[in-house]
Amino acid sequence: MHPAVSVIFFTVTSGVGLGLMFLLGLGWPMHEGMIPVLLSCILAGGLTVAGLISSTFHLGHPERAWRAFSQWRSSWLSREGVLAVVTLTLFGIYSLAWAFFDMRIELLGYVISILAALTVYATAMIYAQLKTVPNWNSQLTPLCYLAFSLAGGVILASAIGSAEMMLSLPTPILSAIALVIAWLAKLIWWSRAGKIGFSATGSDTGTATGLGKIGKVKLFEKPHSGENYLTKEMVHQIGRKHANKLRLIALVLGLAMPLVLCFLALSTGAIVPLLILGFISMMAGLFAERWLFFAEAKHAVSLFY
Amino acid sequence: MTLLPETTQKKLGLVIDLDVCVGCHACVVNCKEWNTGGYGAPLSDVEPYGDNPSGAWLNRIHTFEITPADAPAQIVHFPKSCLHCEDAPCVTVCPTGASYKRSEDGIVLVEEDKCIGCGLCAWACPYGAREMDPVENVMKKCTLCVDRIYNDNLLEIDRTPACVKTCPANARHFGDFADPNSAVSIMTLERGGYDLMPEMDTKPVNKYLPPRPKANPATAASESKQLAPAFAPKAGEGLLGWIDRALEKLG
Repeated sequence: MHPAVSVIFFTVTSGVGLGLMFLLGLGWPMHEGMIPVLLSCILAGGLTVAGLISSTFHLGHPERAWRAFSQWRSSWLSREGVLAVVTLTLFGIYSLAWAFFDMRIELLGYVISILAALTVYATAMIYAQLKTVPNWNSQLTPLCYLAFSLAGGVILASAIGSAEMMLSLPTPILSAIALVIAWLAKLIWWSRAGKIGFSATGSDTGTATGLGKIGKVKLFEKPHSGENYLTKEMVHQIGRKHANKLRLIALVLGLAMPLVLCFLALSTGAIVPLLILGFISMMAGLFAERWLFFAEAKHAVSLFY
Repeated sequence: MTLLPETTQKKLGLVIDLDVCVGCHACVVNCKEWNTGGYGAPLSDVEPYGDNPSGAWLNRIHTFEITPADAPAQIVHFPKSCLHCEDAPCVTVCPTGASYKRSEDGIVLVEEDKCIGCGLCAWACPYGAREMDPVENVMKKCTLCVDRIYNDNLLEIDRTPACVKTCPANARHFGDFADPNSAVSIMTLERGGYDLMPEMDTKPVNKYLPPRPKANPATAASESKQLAPAFAPKAGEGLLGWIDRALEKLG
């Protein structure tokens, strides 16, 4: 599948923003005072909004994007949009009450946490629902999205929050654990994706054309001499060329570097700068991971080409 | 509305006869011709006379080579357009309601004014039946020539999709699959019409008729000896008879 930069930016950035929002809703301690609280909330909301705005750049008609809120009964993309707007609105109310009236409304926070998690789940389901793309068509896809979202949120919250210990663990250690869990999920996802092919549905050029009953089927002539929307969008090959290098880059920047920085933060005590560095490195790694998520995914229509 | 109708009164669709299709691309061209001026935005091309031409088409013909285990390879021309599936995954993923399946006749359409051009419907379709228009940035697909088949301004004989009307080999047929006595239903039954990728659970309405089995040349050669027994060589008279006898004598 064609890896669109706007969609990669959207899924990574909104995911992390919602991860931080999830933790703020659960009551992760922040520095007191109006300005620190406002900045924390703006960071969580800002990352989420930046991602959502980026996602509209991928649309042919962004001016009609509001129409996407209407079909939540059948469409995961619509559900994602509705959930994101509801979550952000409630989080806005929560943030204002917290910053200006020093009221951290516990119950509203929990609701926001649930909604933030559901939003990330809905984002992942846009891809996981597609039977046409076997790599994505698995509950492991939302698992990875949720795990990365949480890991990003934990590192950010550890960097900017006031807590030194959470769940009776030093926050850099908690960050490291969240990272390792997320990448373990991704390794399982990669291992499944490497094996699945079209074996789940048994599709091949023979079933696609129905001519497999007669003999071995192969394409003799393409419908047109040039490229078309389908080949550019769904039979995208070039992005896979450097897959192994990109996986290595994703693992080094997304896992190894942030882990080292977490342990350095713990041993030196310079938690804020080192964890922020770790967060930036993780984001870079996630961009590489998300590029591959699209570029390596094979679509059923490629069986006709 | 992107929820699918429980049932549709009619199931309008196409039968495509792979035994007959000669791969002339006339249906492709006439489809583009009609649909660039009919329903919705024009079907645009990018660089049509340049180095890298591309554009939106609602119907494309692939050509496949089949190699059976016990017969020589054969070529099959394979027209492909929207199959107007009963469980159309392209419809349910649409976030805006632009994509819908009509409950009266089962045609899957896009209301272009509502389409945001997200492309998710094209991702959900296993057949590559939907293409984004490169200029209008809305999703285009086969409408089954909805603006021909119900068009009172056309003669009744012309109220059929452009691809069907134009096919010089009569490889394409249009009709109602909900009616067991329609020509398309009977053809499908008699010729073993089949679904593309049934494992995707889309329940396509359009059906494909398989190519008829080809004779194996090895058996065909022995059969040719018995061909035209009325003309079996017998030379008794005239010049040919004399040549025949002369050659026989040579051993």
